[in-house]
Amino acid sequence: MDKVIIAENLSLSYKEFETIISKANFSIDAGSFVFITGASGSGKSTLLKSFYGAIEPRAGQLMVGGVKMHKISTSKLNFLRRHIGVVFQDYKLIKEWTIEKNVMLPLIISGYTKDVSSAQVQKLLGHVKLIHQSGKYPPELSGGEQQRVAMARALAHNPILILADEPTGNLDEYSSQVIWNLLEGANTQLKTTVIVVTHNIPSTIMIPYKHYHIEMGNIHEIS
Amino acid sequence: MKSLKNHISLIIALFTVLFSVQIYVAVDRTIAAYEERLKNDYSIIVVANKTLTPAEFKAMDSIIERSDVIATDQVLKRLEGEMSKKNLDLLKLTLPKFYRIYLSRFPTPYEIEKLQKRLQKHAAIERVEGYAQSHDTVYKLMLLFKDVVQIFSISIAAVTSLLILKEMRLWQFQHADRMSIMALFGAPVWLRSAVLFRLAIVDAIIATIVLCIAFFVIEQYGWMDLLLRTVGISIDLFDYVNDAVRSLLIALGVSIILTLTIVIGSSEEE
Ligand SMILES: Nc1ncnc2c1ncn2[C@@H]1O[C@H](COP(=O)(O)OP(=O)(O)OP(=O)(O)O)[C@@H](O)[C@H]1O
Ligand SMILES: [Mg+2]
Repeated sequence: MDKVIIAENLSLSYKEFETIISKANFSIDAGSFVFITGASGSGKSTLLKSFYGAIEPRAGQLMVGGVKMHKISTSKLNFLRRHIGVVFQDYKLIKEWTIEKNVMLPLIISGYTKDVSSAQVQKLLGHVKLIHQSGKYPPELSGGEQQRVAMARALAHNPILILADEPTGNLDEYSSQVIWNLLEGANTQLKTTVIVVTHNIPSTIMIPYKHYHIEMGNIHEIS
Repeated sequence: MKSLKNHISLIIALFTVLFSVQIYVAVDRTIAAYEERLKNDYSIIVVANKTLTPAEFKAMDSIIERSDVIATDQVLKRLEGEMSKKNLDLLKLTLPKFYRIYLSRFPTPYEIEKLQKRLQKHAAIERVEGYAQSHDTVYKLMLLFKDVVQIFSISIAAVTSLLILKEMRLWQFQHADRMSIMALFGAPVWLRSAVLFRLAIVDAIIATIVLCIAFFVIEQYGWMDLLLRTVGISIDLFDYVNDAVRSLLIALGVSIILTLTIVIGSSEEE
């Protein structure tokens, strides 16, 4: 089976003599659904960052979508990122853009026409129940609403890989369920690889998944 | 509105650059017009012992535009009554030829000197009168003024460019959030900075329009025109086609180059 991510002796850190992830070995199959758990500060977000190239491997090898992440060129990285949808822990919405335009961002970057983009954005805003807020700006929305906007944006360009950092962290049970359904749907219908960082794996999840736990810089699979 | 304030400072800075360039151009134009006037009044007198054709004169120096023979008939006619016919004929034979030489541009004192020496080398030429002192004080003052204006414009342009650079750093800071989010979704540098370029272009256009308005106002008041007319010059301080186009190109050039500097600088920081 194709591997979307391959890590060999992967070490990650922000400063030279510090380790956040140390010598991790794992691989993630294309089309799989993966949960990553771990205590606060254990390095979950850092690991996701390495997947979308916001932090380079300190040591070891990391391949994402067949691309070596060490010393990756800007153009290759841009290309890779256009096929990844990220839900950031802090949402990272563009404050001076409307909700609608925020969701459209990946489509603008990929050069879709206005008609196609608008239709896609309307569909996604419908899925996350935010159509009525589409003309507003991010600071005018509640935390949970912003999180759902970030979710819609991550799905907009039908990415091959979705990285979601605590996508239900701020949501009530009902809204959380909406998000899980969207992620499951993308995984089953579009064969999108989904990697979700979360504190608690939902009991309602219906599909087979893998579960990695990060502890003291080590990543191990829980079966 | 913070962004409006940013616009205004960039527009003012660009306007200052354009204004100083335009002043330089106007001074240059004034001096050229004055030179043209001087040139038309200026000529060199040459005394030769044989006939020289205009072509021969032209071959001596490229600055020579044309030459006229100074007619001696009238002088001779006046002498007719006072001299015998025989003496007069003799005089006619020995009388040298007088020429008035016009130049293609107004010469510098150095050029006059050089030309004078060159003409005197010619076997047929006996005397040259260059009137080097005809460089009047107004003209010399104008040349001095041109130098001063030149230094002034260059320093203003340099200082203002630094101001613009600082201004754009501020923009970059304001746009950094958006640009970094766009980068996380794989937007290439040009797309991330498209807004910066758009702002730079819009401000360049506005600065040019403001410049046109400023010169329109100056011309309406007419005091500059009056000032120039006292030294016998009539020029366009601002040409609403050529100068406007040039100004726009300069403004676009300056703002786009500075935006590029910032964009390239920020993409390396990543
Ligand atoms: N930009 C950064 N520079 C330096 N150190 C950082 C940076 N971001 C995170 N860290 C450190 O790296 C460690 C792991 O952080 P990370 O954000 O990956 O944790 P996490 O598992 O996502 O935690 P949480 O569940 O609270 O989100 C922490 O000790 C944190 O202080
Ligand atoms: Mg985190």
